[in-house]
Amino acid sequence: MRLEPIAHPSLARRLGFPAAALGLTVVVASLLALIAGANPFATLGLILKGAAGSKFALLETLNRATPLIFTGLAVAVAFRAKLWNIGAEAQLYGGAIITVVVGTSALAALPTLPLQFLMGFSAALIGALILLGPVLLKTRFGVDEVVTTLLLNFIMLLFVSYLLEGPMKDPMGMGWPKSEALDRSARLPRIVDGLRLHWGFALGIICAFAVWIIQTRTTLGYEIRAVGLNIRAARFAGIPVNAVLVKTALLSGGLAALAGFSEVSGLKGHLSLDLSPGFGYTGIIVAMLALLHPLGVVVSAVFVAGVFVGSDSMSRAADVPTYIADMLMAIALLFMVLAILLSRVRVVRG
Amino acid sequence: MNQDKTGAQSETVLRLNGITKRFGALVANDAISLDLRRGEVVALLGENGAGKTTLMNILFGHYVADAGHVEAFGEPLPPGQPRAALEAGIGMVHQHFTLADNLTVTENILLGTVPLWRMGLGLGQAKARIAQLSKDFGLSVHPDAKVGTLTVGERQRVEILKALYRDAKILILDEPTAVLTPQETDALFETLRKAVALGLSIVFISHKLHEVTAIADRCVVLRHGKVVGEVNTADTDRHALASLMVGAEITPPEVSPATPGRALLQLRDVSTPSEGAVPGLDHVTLDLKAGQITGLAGVSGNGQAALSDLISGLRMPQNGAMIIGGADQATWSPRLAVHAGIARIPEDRHHTGTIADFDLTENTILETYMDPPVSHAGWMNWSAAENMAQEVIDAYDVRCPGPSTRIRLLSGGNMQKLILGRVLERNPKVILANQPVRGLDIGAITYVHNRLLAARDAGAAVLLISEDLDEIIQLSDVIHVISEGRLSPEFPRGAKTPAELGLWMAGQGFDGDAHAA
Repeated sequence: MRLEPIAHPSLARRLGFPAAALGLTVVVASLLALIAGANPFATLGLILKGAAGSKFALLETLNRATPLIFTGLAVAVAFRAKLWNIGAEAQLYGGAIITVVVGTSALAALPTLPLQFLMGFSAALIGALILLGPVLLKTRFGVDEVVTTLLLNFIMLLFVSYLLEGPMKDPMGMGWPKSEALDRSARLPRIVDGLRLHWGFALGIICAFAVWIIQTRTTLGYEIRAVGLNIRAARFAGIPVNAVLVKTALLSGGLAALAGFSEVSGLKGHLSLDLSPGFGYTGIIVAMLALLHPLGVVVSAVFVAGVFVGSDSMSRAADVPTYIADMLMAIALLFMVLAILLSRVRVVRG
Repeated sequence: MNQDKTGAQSETVLRLNGITKRFGALVANDAISLDLRRGEVVALLGENGAGKTTLMNILFGHYVADAGHVEAFGEPLPPGQPRAALEAGIGMVHQHFTLADNLTVTENILLGTVPLWRMGLGLGQAKARIAQLSKDFGLSVHPDAKVGTLTVGERQRVEILKALYRDAKILILDEPTAVLTPQETDALFETLRKAVALGLSIVFISHKLHEVTAIADRCVVLRHGKVVGEVNTADTDRHALASLMVGAEITPPEVSPATPGRALLQLRDVSTPSEGAVPGLDHVTLDLKAGQITGLAGVSGNGQAALSDLISGLRMPQNGAMIIGGADQATWSPRLAVHAGIARIPEDRHHTGTIADFDLTENTILETYMDPPVSHAGWMNWSAAENMAQEVIDAYDVRCPGPSTRIRLLSGGNMQKLILGRVLERNPKVILANQPVRGLDIGAITYVHNRLLAARDAGAAVLLISEDLDEIIQLSDVIHVISEGRLSPEFPRGAKTPAELGLWMAGQGFDGDAHAA
């Protein structure tokens, strides 16, 4: 058995396989629901209803999608250069810390726009710096960034834990490990008054377009793609490979940290250890499902958020464990990766 | 040659019958039949891409044929099973050796013949047998030497010994002379003659006509996957074989005398560090003069890569000076090399010269994307880039559906034409051509050579690096030989015979032999 690349895959092939992957995911999900003792059709219906069945449900899904857009973009940008940033989680928390620090300082008296810009900018800066270390270790000494970025996640969580028990502990928190909260006036406003959706979502979409323009219209985007596809040829051609990797890392780290800024300033208002239920890792799934396309990241982030939000609501109604959401994600990803491969190659014998 | 074919010697040991193999739309082998008799050398002659290697991979069980079958000693060979081929007494010596550098010669030969945990036992017996085989076939190599320390020629002997140790009765040699000096080639032929005298049969795959006529009894010519001729070498000549192989009369490029100008690139006593077993440059002094092709002959892995990397901008001299256009280079990088007017044609066009998943436009601008008109202040101008690609495609006859085709879909020849166009369109002062025609068909080879000659006549200084001594001799106005990182003196065209150059390639003639590798 061999895989043979297809020169010009037909549109039917390129759309058919991903569609089949989604269909298969639904079939497997139904089987899982059946095993859990529930009616599969009712279960899927409940997931759909919980994710998008009402205005409240839809806004909840978009809110949940917001941090995933940022971490998904962070991963998509880095993976395009074959820079394996597994540390979006750490960068997210770095951004969250700075947001709280700035938002609870004297600067909080600034008007909304400059204050939010300042918080977002400093968050992005800190996220960029967090990824700078691993990328310099990679370019200077060849240290594998998968290891360094992954382990930094744990270091960062412990650091946040220390901050919440120590210097940043909320004196009014009644002993709960959380930080002081931002004043309402220091928070990201909602897009429409009365609807629970904040400007972080809009910022995510703006970032997606910005990344798309960088990738397709600028020399940096061209360099990133060249380095990702063939680092040897890129170096030979005179592309400053190390500089490109550093720029990619700054962009990626900054984007991931914006997820922390957006969650703190837009949604939670304070820093706590459950700020991110693994948004950094889920960002990898989001980016892979989107084939690393920045605009696709928005779509896949909403899809993934919908599955989680819908499953939460379904599990309350149908008494099916929420784990089904994680399994759905895993299955969808596996099928999708396979579908992407099969849409570009055919399997031949011999 | 083995002239007396009588009685038992005409027994057919190997028969390929109607072998057909397709890769997608490409028919690599089209109903090929071939007989090999005992004690006979059959040459399989054809250009790159004619289907020689595919055919041998089918025979050896690496591929499964779509149609046809293989018989060894009258028994059908089950398809797709290399082990069955081995057991039937077929041994293959690949173009690229399959040896473990960190094991000794004996261990490499035993590998796969006995279970690993028994390898220590019976080592003495095995060594004795290897020694006997070495003696019988004239394959001198030390059984306890680590393969990593051996020369290319010695490694090839180990590969042959490996096949003989497994009682191979049929030897298949895939382009065995590609990496050898002329002297090593002669020694190989001596071994092959001894082998056929002892009753072995040999399939000799090559595209070099003089070797085929020197060693083979019969010659099967492949073109575009079909057998286009089968002749006894005694009844034919090189010219007839060449016409058969190419399907047309070949006209080698006309090389007019050069009119060398001043030196555009000079190396003064340059050394570079060695990397593992691959030597760096060892006090190299070299002048590349305008309007002249300087040929660099040598067996692969003797410092050509270091020299090529140096001129490409990938590495700095450790000591000594590099002077370009009269100016000493203090800093150096690929981008500076491009800006200094150096056209670089890399050895590996698939992995270094191009990015396979980039389209032709993106590959055309790889070296110039930072300059107008392709980009301004960091913003790409894709229509300007596409125009540039289209110009190269038109001017250099790159056969492709269009500039938005991914380059991985192009043939090697068209890929190389795009690289040529990319670098020559800028009217370079210096051209580094590292193995520019390896793996190309004769049409593309002639095209590349003519372009290089035209660039020379337009005043460029050309450095031609090749392992093919014939190519060097044909094109070069002056020749240097490189061996273990040392550079020979400059030999004008015709000053040395191929045999004399071969001795230099083997490391003889350099001042003092105290150099460490």
